[in-house]
Amino acid sequence: MRFRWPGSRDAAITCRRAVELVTAYLDGALSTDDEMRFVTHLTYCPNCVEHLQHVRGTIRATGRLQMNDLDPQVRTDLMDLYRRWRADGTA
Amino acid sequence: MLARLRAGDEEAFTVLVDRHHAAMVRLAMTYVRSRAVAEEVAQDAWLGLLRGLDSFEGRSSLRTWLYRIVVNRAISTGLHERRHLPVEVSEFEDNNGRFAQDGHWVTPPAHWTDEVIERITAPEVAARIRQLIDHLPLSQRQVVTLRDVEGLSSEEVSEILRITEGNQRVLLHRARTRIRSLLEQEVLA
Repeated sequence: MRFRWPGSRDAAITCRRAVELVTAYLDGALSTDDEMRFVTHLTYCPNCVEHLQHVRGTIRATGRLQMNDLDPQVRTDLMDLYRRWRADGTA
Repeated sequence: MLARLRAGDEEAFTVLVDRHHAAMVRLAMTYVRSRAVAEEVAQDAWLGLLRGLDSFEGRSSLRTWLYRIVVNRAISTGLHERRHLPVEVSEFEDNNGRFAQDGHWVTPPAHWTDEVIERITAPEVAARIRQLIDHLPLSQRQVVTLRDVEGLSSEEVSEILRITEGNQRVLLHRARTRIRSLLEQEVLA
């Protein structure tokens, strides 16, 4: 069954289109109409739901790259810089 | 935070350094060749922050301003070279062949179970993602690093890199598509 949202001629979008919209969807940057089309598509397309999960997994995996590897020496140097700036205002 | 910094509060500065320095070095690395130079750029940016502290009006967030200084310094070191090494196009899908004429999936995405997610967030895989990011075109590398590694918002990234949010999103989309393909291969392997 294909239904139409009021005010739009044809609310249905293809999987190709849904995949194109994923990044904007996750950013909350879709127009109200596009977001409705996107979400509606997901309700009847398990493949695109799976794809969305892939993108979320990808973001998580990429987020693992963050390492707070601050060298103690660097920290000391920067604190010295700050103290000099505070002392004479010139850094 | 701004008032504390201006007042010479060491603890406030320490917090800021701990929170941002490593990310600033990574951002600088997207412009310059060596880690040593990136480290210099980041340290130089701190100097820029201190010098500009009194005139900073707070129109953008402190972080956005700081990262913007990094970008400016990195460019002006004159080492702004293209690190972009060509990537075999065939290595990645470009959405061609994934969809049929009618826009439906030809090969639907395989189900990623919890075990799969666990596998792709393992350290060995992180190293491969890092490698792939290093080989992305400059602008994709910058956007995906700031967005998905550092976790900045699309608004912040577009301000730091001086590109529109839409443009920023296109670059992010491409970078994520490539990383996802890599992970897919990883999962199938």
